[in-house]
Amino acid sequence: MIISRLTESFVLNCKLFALTLLFSLPLGMLVAFGSMSRFYPLRWAVRTFVWVIRGTPLMLQLIVIYFGPGLLELTFSWPSGESGRFVASVVAFVINYACYLSEIYRGGIESIPVGQYEAGLVLGMTKRQIFFHVTLLQVVKRIIPPIGNEVITLVKDTALARIIANKEIIMMAGEYSNKGLIWPLFATGIYFLVFVGVLTLLLDWCEKKLGYFRT
Amino acid sequence: MPVLEVKSIEKRFGSIEVLKNISFSLEEGEVIAIIGSSGSGKTTLLRCLNFLERPDRGKIIVNNEVIFDAEDPSTQRESEVRKKRLHFGLVFQNFNLFPQYTVLKNVTLAAELLAKERPDYKQNKKAILEEIQERGKMLLAQVGLLDKLDYYPHMISGGQQQRVAIARALALDPDILCFDEPTSALDPELTGEVLKVIKGLAEQDTTMIIVTHEMDFAREVSDRVLFMDDGLIVEEGTPEEVFGNPKEERTRQFLARYKKDQDLP
Repeated sequence: MIISRLTESFVLNCKLFALTLLFSLPLGMLVAFGSMSRFYPLRWAVRTFVWVIRGTPLMLQLIVIYFGPGLLELTFSWPSGESGRFVASVVAFVINYACYLSEIYRGGIESIPVGQYEAGLVLGMTKRQIFFHVTLLQVVKRIIPPIGNEVITLVKDTALARIIANKEIIMMAGEYSNKGLIWPLFATGIYFLVFVGVLTLLLDWCEKKLGYFRT
Repeated sequence: MPVLEVKSIEKRFGSIEVLKNISFSLEEGEVIAIIGSSGSGKTTLLRCLNFLERPDRGKIIVNNEVIFDAEDPSTQRESEVRKKRLHFGLVFQNFNLFPQYTVLKNVTLAAELLAKERPDYKQNKKAILEEIQERGKMLLAQVGLLDKLDYYPHMISGGQQQRVAIARALALDPDILCFDEPTSALDPELTGEVLKVIKGLAEQDTTMIIVTHEMDFAREVSDRVLFMDDGLIVEEGTPEEVFGNPKEERTRQFLARYKKDQDLP
């Protein structure tokens, strides 16, 4: 009974995890390009934004994003009830993770020797072709370990969504511990551990898949 | 009619004048060797020809067409620069092969991407790609690597990698093939195989500009030698003239230094 309620609530953590990755992985790439732009106003705007997002707690960002529109009396507002709280969480997580990921992308892109780019140029490739056919896979190979770190952190960060009353697994377990039943709280650790275990295997598999070449 | 005419090229990086008024021309089938000490501007000159650097002054003319004129911005449009680069092939000092592709794919990739721009690509896709594959294999046979088609760059030696890079540069059939110190990153015992391939190309009348520190090779393979020092072409002539009887004091000093280095045990 308790187990099945914990499992049900963990579905919210999983959904939040999946949606955050789905949107923040590509969005992070856009942010990375912005932070490397040769148009300096854009570059500094993006870098300032990344500084603010990385410089403040995700928990605070959740609160600002969820309550902000109402406090500022904007015409925009989140849908009411559970779905609104969930959508606001996804938005906050996506923005936060896109910023962290963008720095990993930027580091990865800048670590590729300029000779690779120049080799593409002298062979008549466009910048776009060079990025997609020459650089990208090399970047991916290099950034899998740090991306893996972020992905694993994200699994556990999903528990922060409880700050705006999303019924995720720690919140659920907390209801039991408030009544004096402590073991469900400890049991939540197993859920996270198993999830991260599966992810670790998946990340190892990706690294092996890209092991056929060396950069 | 020369294939290439370089007229009064100048290039500075900040306050450093790297190229000061460089002019020379190159006939079809001719091989020019450029020698000179490090920092004399040899590499920058090659990079200017390949549009990796933009000269501050001067003109570059290929087959009577002005492909670059520092005074005329219309010759510098990004969209056309890409096509103009194809007049030149460049073999880099450190190969710059694409590590994630096989040897064959390294040679064919650029041609495959270019083929997509052909109007008949959709109808004849299969035939076009097959033709590119065949040409890639033919070029790799030419550099003696037909047995390494499916290897990845990290699996073969430096000399073999540089030979792949040569095949790759030939794949788009450039008018002029440039080499930027093609053997400087190689162990001494691997330079021979690369030099042999370049010699083979010279025998087939490939038009080439070779920046090199291998004096014996320059003497043997080239029709003309340019000696560069401090951003200038100090001396120009046949290998016999430049190596056998240099006119300029600076050339003599440079060659003497090289000889001394070679005579060391």
